[in-house]
Amino acid sequence: MAQYMFLLYDSEEWFDNLNAEEWQKAMELHGAFAQAVEAAGAKILGGEALERSTTASTVKNREGAEPLVTDGPFIETKEALGGFYIIEARDLDQALELAKACPSGNIEVRPVMDTSADAQPPA
Amino acid sequence: MVGRPGASTPDASAHPPAPPAAPRAVADPTGYPPAAARSAVEVAREVERAHRESWSTVLASVVRLTRDLDLAEDCTQDAFVQALRTWPDGIPSNPGGWLTTVARRLALDRLRRETNLWRKLPLLIEAPGDVEQPTDPLRLVFTCCHPALAREAQVALTLRLICGLTTREVAAGLLISEPTAAARITRAKKKIAAAGIPYRIPADEELPARLDAVLTVVHLVYTAGHVAAGQVLTRSDLTGRAVELAKLLVRLMPKEPEAEALLGLLLMTEARGDARLSEDGELVLLADQDRSKWDGKLLAEGVSRATAALNGGGLGRFALQAAVAGLHVTAPSWEQTDWTQVVRMYDAMLISWPTPIVALNRAAAHSLVPGANLEAALAELDALSNEPALKSYAYLPATRADVLARLGRVQEAAEAYDAAITLTANETERRFLTRRRSSLAEHSARPAQQSPIPDR
Repeated sequence: MAQYMFLLYDSEEWFDNLNAEEWQKAMELHGAFAQAVEAAGAKILGGEALERSTTASTVKNREGAEPLVTDGPFIETKEALGGFYIIEARDLDQALELAKACPSGNIEVRPVMDTSADAQPPA
Repeated sequence: MVGRPGASTPDASAHPPAPPAAPRAVADPTGYPPAAARSAVEVAREVERAHRESWSTVLASVVRLTRDLDLAEDCTQDAFVQALRTWPDGIPSNPGGWLTTVARRLALDRLRRETNLWRKLPLLIEAPGDVEQPTDPLRLVFTCCHPALAREAQVALTLRLICGLTTREVAAGLLISEPTAAARITRAKKKIAAAGIPYRIPADEELPARLDAVLTVVHLVYTAGHVAAGQVLTRSDLTGRAVELAKLLVRLMPKEPEAEALLGLLLMTEARGDARLSEDGELVLLADQDRSKWDGKLLAEGVSRATAALNGGGLGRFALQAAVAGLHVTAPSWEQTDWTQVVRMYDAMLISWPTPIVALNRAAAHSLVPGANLEAALAELDALSNEPALKSYAYLPATRADVLARLGRVQEAAEAYDAAITLTANETERRFLTRRRSSLAEHSARPAQQSPIPDR
């Protein structure tokens, strides 16, 4: 078996009209997907929903200069996604410090959404 | 990770909920005995004063309790409303303490009613402690000016949360529409909550960089008020807020020379405020200002703050800017300003902050040194003409125009004035530049004009 990463790209308008019902629907669709994967004899090794892109921060690690922290997602198109980590950290400050130590030129730091059973739809 | 709060916290047990509608019940348990009854006008004035002096302290204390900015803001606002209602019976001896106690109690009531709010846990904090911690407002300042927020969001959030401005006032101050201001503030708050921006004072090793963002925001608030876009030259509500913010920072971080330098810089600029406009509302340049109109008390405090910052080992950006301002205000006249020293200060700034704007100021000061080589100064300015950061900056063509005029190159000077007139967003400045342009022929021999900063 080989391993593949699925990167999910969707319109963020979903967030704008989010209510308990929509949230439930999304959870059910992902539940169905998980069953389909299993039925196919494959496995989900990990996966998370992400908070919307406006909650992202980007760390640019620049040669010969201090790392630069900016608001928002990584938007340049010359660079390509080359890997990912999921980090459990104390807070955003610690996450950003660790991103500065991460061997990559640009790290988008996006909060993982709480999708546990008792979670509320994101604000 | 901080544990999610259970049913009882030290605060919860210490302050059983009081019926919010009963003024007595609110006034009494705060422990601040009311004084004699006051008139409505007097109460309104006291509430307004408390709003100005204590808003950030009250809010910051409630944020530490609720970890939810929106909830904390609502409860702080409600505490001020209760003050309007109950203070006619007597104004508490410690209004800020009274407001904090009431706001925190309102927050605890709300949290009990809406238990799911606990789950949001947007801000990570230590266990709830004393009602007021002296460092509370500082945490709030650093949260508002967190580097993971866009600068414009930092400014809007600081005006809203630290200064207590309404969304409408924020919009008016920054000359943006009210929906834009609201969206900026809402988005920033959501990010703070969702991304886990902490509510804490940065550690010593991160402090210089984080402090710089805070000071920059305060400086931007001042600048937005000092040369506002539109008809009026200054917006004293904004400049006043910025000075109050700078004072708050000095109080909160008495050992930071850069905070003291920023306050000194703002005070020295404030001191010249009245002299910047002529009786008919026209802009008067630093070169032409009546120095006797400057506010001596503000100047003295500004100079002494700047001196203290410089003596405190501060050679930071604001210390150097304050030093330049100090050289201006202590000179007996424009002509007698120590331009050589001003150039030196800009050179020192360029080492740490090699930005095009600092380079422009350096070039402008250079052109004013007695016997300066104007051709060299012009070359310095021309070298900046391709800087993207200066593309829409009116002071570059305005400074070029001035140097060209003094070189007797009237036609080129007129063209440079035209460029500056097109770029400026301020009516008073535009009229000034237009007057300057039309008097080119007669004044072309004048020895020293104006550098764009510090009086712009």
